[in-house]
Parts: sequence; C-alpha cells; structure tokens
Amino acid sequence: MNGPADLIFYILAALTVGSAILVAILPNIVYSAIALLFAFAGVAGLYVFLSADFLAATQVLVYVGGILILILFAVFLSHRISDVKLSNPARFHWQAAFICLSLFGVLSYTVVSTSFPVKPGTVYQPSTAEIGELLMTRYLLPFEVASVLLLAALIGAALLSRPEGRKGTSSDMEEPK
Amino acid sequence: MLTEFATVLVFIVLGAVTVALMLGVSRLLQPRDQTAVKLSTYECGEVPFGSSWVQFNIRFYVIALIFIVFDVEVALLYPWAVIFQRLGLLAFVEALVFIVILMAGLAYVWKEGDLDWVRAMQENPAGKGGK
Repeated sequence: MNGPADLIFYILAALTVGSAILVAILPNIVYSAIALLFAFAGVAGLYVFLSADFLAATQVLVYVGGILILILFAVFLSHRISDVKLSNPARFHWQAAFICLSLFGVLSYTVVSTSFPVKPGTVYQPSTAEIGELLMTRYLLPFEVASVLLLAALIGAALLSRPEGRKGTSSDMEEPK
Repeated sequence: MLTEFATVLVFIVLGAVTVALMLGVSRLLQPRDQTAVKLSTYECGEVPFGSSWVQFNIRFYVIALIFIVFDVEVALLYPWAVIFQRLGLLAFVEALVFIVILMAGLAYVWKEGDLDWVRAMQENPAGKGGK
C-alpha cells in the first residue's frame, strides 16, 4: 500500500474511533446517535480497505440508512424524554469498565489466535459477483434460511410494537363503536 | 476497485468542502441583527409552540422496522442480481423463493393493519406523538 492510501486509512480509523468515543461520552443522546452515523460511515470506509466492497456498500445501505434511523426513532420514542435534562448520564463506571475490558480481551484473543488466509490475486477486486455465485450454489440453504429469519423478525417486530388494545386479530378492529 | 472508491472519496470531500464554503461565505456576508423571532424555529410559516422533545408516535418505529427488513432483503439480493444472467433459471427460482417468503411477511403486516395510519389515528385521537 502506498502513502496516500495509508493516510486515508488512518483518517478513517481516527474518524471511527473518535466518533465511537463521542457516542459514549456526549451528554445528549441525540448527539450520540449522530456521532454513531460517523462511526458507521468510518467502518464502511475500513471495509473498503479490507477489500470488502460489497460489505462496505451494505454497511452504508443497512447501518447508515436503516439501523441509525431506527436508533433515532427509538430515542424519540423514549417515554417522557422531555423530562430528562441529561439524557445520556454516566453511571456504573466499574461494571462498564469490567464488561468492556472483558470484551476487549476476548476480541483481541480471537484476532491474535485466528489465521486470516488471503486468497491470492483477489485483493481489491470486485467481490459481489463471487458472493452471489456462492450464495446461489454452496450457501443456498443459508440464503433461503435468511429469508425465513427476516420473516420471523418482521412478524415479531410488528407484533411487539403494536399499541396496547390492538393485540388481537384484525377482526376486532372492524367492530362498530 | 480502489480507484472506484477513490471517486467516492473525492465526491465526499467535494461535498463537505461545498457545504463548508457555502456556510462560510454566508457567514462572512450575512448581516447580524438577530431578534427572538428570527431565531425561532422555522415551521413552514406556522408559529412554533412547545418543545421539540416530544414522544413520537410508535407507528414510525413499526414502519422503520419493516423498512429495515426489506432493506436487508435488497442487500442480500444484490449479489444475486450481479450474476443471475449467468446462472439462468435456477438462480431465478431461488431468488423467487426468497422473495415469496418475505412477501408473506408483507401480506401479514398489511392484513394486520400495521401499515395503516388513518385507522390508528382514529382509534387513538389523542395522538400521543402528534404535534
């Protein structure tokens, strides 16, 4: 890798880590959500450097375009959010430090102990066609199971987020009042 | 591949520079005599009232959840779309099965009225999250 690419990598890494830190320490939870936007975008850029172009595009499409909106809605949906002056207070420092350090230990162990073989001649080549080929042949069953998983998520989400009093089937909504 | 993404980078940088330039130039040129009315939130001509920190209607969340499911579906269909001409009928049928399974979910939420705004508003006229 040459000079400018290295520089861009470090800028992206700094953007990702810096935004992630801001997510944790900003006092206003809406600002945290906006900082998360830059963290997600930075991760998409890092995927490009890992030669994972399809993953980078999916990261932008699903995380930046979808999950972040969902998180913002979840913030706005919070019960009595207007009463809270400091909506992202810092509590449970020791417990959080313990959990984060444990997670960091597990992740670093995994990174160090796993070998990541690189397929020769494929670095910085478009990977979408190859992924599609594998999805349609070798990983066909996981592909179809993913659709069942999405179906379960869809129905579960719709059922759980239904307002109280609408728990039954659609028939009770047509009753005259 | 990096060349294509360099184009994306140039686009992002140009976009950021454009926004910064526009805001910077306007900051240099603008007259500064701020009154309370000028600083109030622009609400398409309406007089704004209350706080913007209100609880949103839960309907937004349901729609967003359903959107994400189909967002992921589209993301999974991209690799298929790139190669499906090469693989022919079999790949077409495989993707069809994938879409039909999710179509059942869409039919379910549609039938259960989760996509329905008007009826929800009539049932809940207080409109917890409305303005």
